Amino acid sequence: MTGTRLIVGPFNRVEGDLEVHLDIAEGRVRSARVNAPLYRGFERMLTGRPASDALTITPRICGICSISQSAAAARALADAGGHEPAPAGAAMAALIHAIENVSDHLVHFNLFFMPDFARPAYAGRSWHARAIARFTAEQGAAPRAAIAMRAELMHVLGLMAGKWPHTLAIQPGGVTRAPGPRDKVRIAASLAAFRRYLEAELFGAPLEDFVALGTREGLMGWDRGDAGLFLEIAADLDLDALGRGSGRYLSFGAYPLAEGHGFAPGIWKDGLLPLDLGGLCEDLSHAWMLGGAAHPSEGQTLPDEDMRAEAYSWCKAPRLDGLGYETGALARQVMAGHPLAVALAGGGVMTRVAGRLLDLARTQIFMEDLLRWLDPAAEFMRPAPKIREGEGVGLVEAARGALGHWLRVENGRIASYQIVAPTTWNFSPRDASGTPGPLEAALEGVPVAEGKTTPLAVQHVVRSFDPCMVCTVH
Amino acid sequence: MNVLWLQASGCGGCTMSLLCAESPTLFDLFEGAGIRFLWHPSLSEATGAEARALLEAVAAGDIPLDVLCVEGAIARGPKGTGRFQMLSGTGRSMLDWVGRLVPRARHVVAVGSCAAFGGVTSAGGNPSDAAGLQYEGAHPGGILPPEFRDPTGLPVINVAGCPTHPDWVTETLMLLAAGAMGPEDLDALARPRFYAEHLVHHGCPRNEFYEYKASATALCEMGCMMEHLGCVGTQAVGDCNIRPWNGQGSCTRAGYPCISCTAPEFEEPRHAFTETPKVAGIPVGLPSDMPKAWFMALASLSKAATPERLAKNATADRIEVLPRPGKPRG
Ligand code: SF4
Ligand code: SF4
Repeated sequence: MTGTRLIVGPFNRVEGDLEVHLDIAEGRVRSARVNAPLYRGFERMLTGRPASDALTITPRICGICSISQSAAAARALADAGGHEPAPAGAAMAALIHAIENVSDHLVHFNLFFMPDFARPAYAGRSWHARAIARFTAEQGAAPRAAIAMRAELMHVLGLMAGKWPHTLAIQPGGVTRAPGPRDKVRIAASLAAFRRYLEAELFGAPLEDFVALGTREGLMGWDRGDAGLFLEIAADLDLDALGRGSGRYLSFGAYPLAEGHGFAPGIWKDGLLPLDLGGLCEDLSHAWMLGGAAHPSEGQTLPDEDMRAEAYSWCKAPRLDGLGYETGALARQVMAGHPLAVALAGGGVMTRVAGRLLDLARTQIFMEDLLRWLDPAAEFMRPAPKIREGEGVGLVEAARGALGHWLRVENGRIASYQIVAPTTWNFSPRDASGTPGPLEAALEGVPVAEGKTTPLAVQHVVRSFDPCMVCTVH
Repeated sequence: MNVLWLQASGCGGCTMSLLCAESPTLFDLFEGAGIRFLWHPSLSEATGAEARALLEAVAAGDIPLDVLCVEGAIARGPKGTGRFQMLSGTGRSMLDWVGRLVPRARHVVAVGSCAAFGGVTSAGGNPSDAAGLQYEGAHPGGILPPEFRDPTGLPVINVAGCPTHPDWVTETLMLLAAGAMGPEDLDALARPRFYAEHLVHHGCPRNEFYEYKASATALCEMGCMMEHLGCVGTQAVGDCNIRPWNGQGSCTRAGYPCISCTAPEFEEPRHAFTETPKVAGIPVGLPSDMPKAWFMALASLSKAATPERLAKNATADRIEVLPRPGKPRG
């Protein structure tokens, strides 16, 4: 059987470096290999440093989900020291984190994902003129409105977190700034402006109407706002069938609060299972990493400087009881038990993007509720004592899904630090048994027309995962 | 003026920060100043083969290049090959690409502390052997030699910061577009003077606490963070407390210390970031342009004179004692 090979890269409008190798036969992808071609070595940089340095260093793994990294580090440090943050501090940390997550969704939809539908290749489609007006890269009305809105929403972070990205505001004991009543009304004003924007542009209707959708048919009938335009395109191009996943999902649970998670953790495998990471293992067989497969509490990061030929990525391959899992906004909402997300489980490009829209709408409502209950007179920080010895894990949900930090402290210094990022799950290479990672599997069967060097369908599938490559390889 | 933007070994945070530009927003601001991206990895439509063709054309000199912006440090490892970062799809390392593109550019801008000095990418044992464009830490000479100058006589312009403030980037590019930036507009580390001639300490709301050495003892308290919590705002360049971040923010306004992210080697303070190293109870990192003895004398005097209002508020998480302005004389 003859096939062609295709290397797609530089892969832009994703976060970081990505190269996709495709093996094509009979007009379809026969197999895909996903390469993350950057190694920096954050886990190694951390060892030997004072434990609290993790709060400064780990956010700098990633400029798009830096607060997710700092939230995970703060949780891991709190866990290692047996410390609980002040409940109001945890709530403010959740709000700060949620702002970053919704900003991420906004950037992904408007600047990273949708501009591909404005490409000339889609000329002649009934929706193309509207896609051009709304989503042309750098020029379209939607990306422009989105960055204006995002900058304004970020004022909440300026106020409470000092700056974004790379803030130090989230600490094991809470947050570094206690809001006053004036801050509360100011944040409420920012959230109200954001809701207005979402309802006017993205959803074209009250958020509650979108959140009330519970079926695939209901969703496909949504014809308002940019979400409506996306769903019209999705129906026309059958983006539901494109890039289907395994239907296995993972969420670490978003926004841990004293009274439980904002969105619950769990595993989805033919149904909901409790989150149990006992069988978690990072496989190194196809990564340029030395050493054996291990649970992150025992794992290592030893780069293979010779970059051996059997391996093809700096990304490790996390597996849970031997299986790969997809993680992200859809997974988060599946675990949170939203009927629409559950109805979409197992789907392709359309469902991942729809999952993100649903997560965006629900997170806005979550933030408004959180703020309503926030008491500015409460205690926002319970300073954590310095850790001398201890082991801890910090599990959070970044915009792109499950993020975990595993930490061991000895003599006050970091003895081991291992990070498994959402894209490490989604874009993992093959494991020792040759089983492809979730994106690699989702790319199999994607149509590639003769002579196309940078197939659009492949781009849709890749971007539907909203990858963050710098996190993946840290 | 056209700009080619490359993301080398970094976190992408400087691009993400750039998108926070306001009044006007990034795209409007660029349009108004006649600046356009030839290609930007996060923002442009062109992917894969289209982007490769564009990069090749610039490297060949077929498309003139006004500004090459590099975000992120340059990985030289493993073993000097640069293969820790391949520019995907091209089979060449970022090290190689930067070397080919720099000679084509009218100006070269290092966006953020990684591109300027190596930054956090070179922290710890520097696992990827990363360096800045024209500096390795505080030492002149990175990927490019210390004597490198662009065709207009400028070195690599170091828009340092981790991340860098969106305005620091946009104003640098606007000044270049207007032909209004010369060597005298840069400080000794080639950072634009318009932000590097200020200290973070200027305009910090904790200045009054500083004056009386009324200090915070834990993050979330209101006092000055110099004495116990590692704040180096008195030595860090940046207009962070004069020109706000994200509306009205700054590190010290949000209650955590300035770690001098605009400086080379800030990633290796040799002590915990949020602690002040002391010898015999005296902070070692005192303001650099003041004789130590004078500082000590002034500090003990001002400590003795600390008003109760400041002493109380310094260790509280909200203002407990209000200022009591004098009654108007009538
Ligand atoms: S907190 Fe830092 S910047 Fe603010 S007054 Fe004190 S030393 Fe200066
Ligand atoms: S206050 Fe200091 S650490 Fe914060 S951004 Fe400014 S220079 Fe960097």
